[in-house]
Amino acid sequence: MIHYIIRRILIAIPTLLVISFIIFAILDLAPNDPTGNLPMTVPPDVREKIRQSLGLDQPMHIRFGMWLHQFFVNEPLNALDQVFDIKIGDAENRTRVISWATRSPVVDLIIQRTPQTLWVVGLSYLFGILIAIPIGIVSAYKQYSMFDQVGTFVAMVGFSVPTFFTGMVAIIIFSVQLEWFPMIYDTTLVVDSWNHFVMQVKQMIMPVTVLALYNASQLSRFMRASILDNLNLDYVRTARAKGRSENVVLLIHVLRNSLIPVVTLIALGIPTIFSGAIITEQIFRVNGLGQLLVIAIEGADIPLVQTLTFIFAVLIVVFNLVADVVYGILDPRIRYD
Amino acid sequence: MASLTPESGMTENTVALESFEIQTEHRSLWGDVWRQFRKHKGALAGMFIFILITLCVFIGPYFYDVDPNAINFRERNLGPTWSHPLGTDNIGHDTMAQMLAGGRVSLAVGFLAMLISLLLGSLIGVLAGFIKSLDGPLMRLTDLFLALPILPVLLVIIMLFRDRLRSLYGPETGIFLLIVFVIGITSWMHTARIVRGDVLGIKEREFVTAAHSIGTRKSRIIFRHILPNILSPIMVSATLGIANAIITESALSFLGLGFPPDFPTWGRLLYDGATFIQITPSRVIWPGLFIALTVLSVNYIGDGLRDALDPRLRGR
Repeated sequence: MIHYIIRRILIAIPTLLVISFIIFAILDLAPNDPTGNLPMTVPPDVREKIRQSLGLDQPMHIRFGMWLHQFFVNEPLNALDQVFDIKIGDAENRTRVISWATRSPVVDLIIQRTPQTLWVVGLSYLFGILIAIPIGIVSAYKQYSMFDQVGTFVAMVGFSVPTFFTGMVAIIIFSVQLEWFPMIYDTTLVVDSWNHFVMQVKQMIMPVTVLALYNASQLSRFMRASILDNLNLDYVRTARAKGRSENVVLLIHVLRNSLIPVVTLIALGIPTIFSGAIITEQIFRVNGLGQLLVIAIEGADIPLVQTLTFIFAVLIVVFNLVADVVYGILDPRIRYD
Repeated sequence: MASLTPESGMTENTVALESFEIQTEHRSLWGDVWRQFRKHKGALAGMFIFILITLCVFIGPYFYDVDPNAINFRERNLGPTWSHPLGTDNIGHDTMAQMLAGGRVSLAVGFLAMLISLLLGSLIGVLAGFIKSLDGPLMRLTDLFLALPILPVLLVIIMLFRDRLRSLYGPETGIFLLIVFVIGITSWMHTARIVRGDVLGIKEREFVTAAHSIGTRKSRIIFRHILPNILSPIMVSATLGIANAIITESALSFLGLGFPPDFPTWGRLLYDGATFIQITPSRVIWPGLFIALTVLSVNYIGDGLRDALDPRLRGR
């Protein structure tokens, strides 16, 4: 197992390097000039100076090397400095990845935006799992029953209908018509009293529900299929034959085995929390990571786009690895060597 | 396997007689597939709705010839009336005409992007499965693409390249080509993996060895012997590819990074309508409903096809 993990990590490193280079190359090859948005009155020599100050006069491989150095060496060192309140080496002159639009370090911007994304999108993923597992169990145990038929149809609708439509319908019904929940997510709200807590819950209900139902519809189908695979196996008959109650058979013997593939699917889905946030945050105006990315892309803020996209790629690679390792740990029949 | 029909449950003599008669009648593979497909009520309904939407969108404008880009400030933000069946928007565009024009673009993007991703996926899958020396590099490439965060990369590419394509091919064609191409080349990976797996299995079968032994050329083996056998996974991923492409295009337009404002697609209409959600909620409902209906029907077709093309299920 250890050998397998080490091998996978060794494969992951070049993969990520190639991906970061692809992203860098796309951004670099694009016929796009960061000084293009400046007013026409800015004279050419000033433009040239601006380009120099952004480091654009350097050749591409040097800029890529600098980004790698800043992201993989300087930023971690800086994080260590801040956490332990110490100074490692030449802390003052260490260059960081700087956003062109805000002139502040990219990593600080990302840290500012992460909690909103995690709260709204992460919570919806959690609720999605909590809804999906019981529905999947009942659907499989009572296969072809009314519940199963309705569940199959709802799940099919659930993952066919894009969240930007369900979200909009929810806004029309609950914000515009009934005026129960606010239309726009207010991130400046500080939860320090019961009233504010109620407001926070109110503004979270719609985005979390919409996304949770979408996640649940995919997972519940998978859960159902996984339980169905297990229900006819010999060990289930043995458990029944030795007189365990149906509850124990289903909820202990079958469920534990059926959850193995579902857990890996859940791990694989975690990176989509972040990329899915791009759309959800646009619907409900949550200023999280997704919105940060959209703003950065619209403003051609190359360092921010590069870093954020790369972080998304890291998440995908890492959770692929986590899913495989978890699968190996949970299922002793899987041998990776 | 596929020989008995539901009628054959009577006395033994009639069973023998009937099954004999049925076997003599001509039954083709696709006839069987169609027979099985018809049993899936959802798939049948899905196909009906999908054909209906496609017909409406492509033939509809000949009957309902209102210009989708005609502006009429006197008739703005209207509800449904006889002259504007779905109402108008904030500058007096006819919503129905815009829905028809938008649907044509959305469906065209769906079909074309699916075709690109299907061709690319099948090509890479077949090459990786059939030629051993290419297997490693091509599968690493597939893994690499799977690790790319697709939506951010799509957004970045469209944002950065749209001005150049706009100046090359004009605002509409340029963006159309860009979006179709970009969606196509970022969604072929699953097809490639499935196709490769199937090719690896089929390559070792006796009929391929037999074809080899009589000196059939490799290209002929691929086209005559292997491709027909992997047609079913390719068809299923084609239907899912359409659904995926339509959703991706709408999502891009919804983020304001798809088609230009005066060029309606369903996603773009939804995005524009979202601003006026308090005045005319129907502007959000209609495009969203049609995206949802199209994707749902395509997904049901895919579901039915998967059952119909699976020989273990067919003919039961």
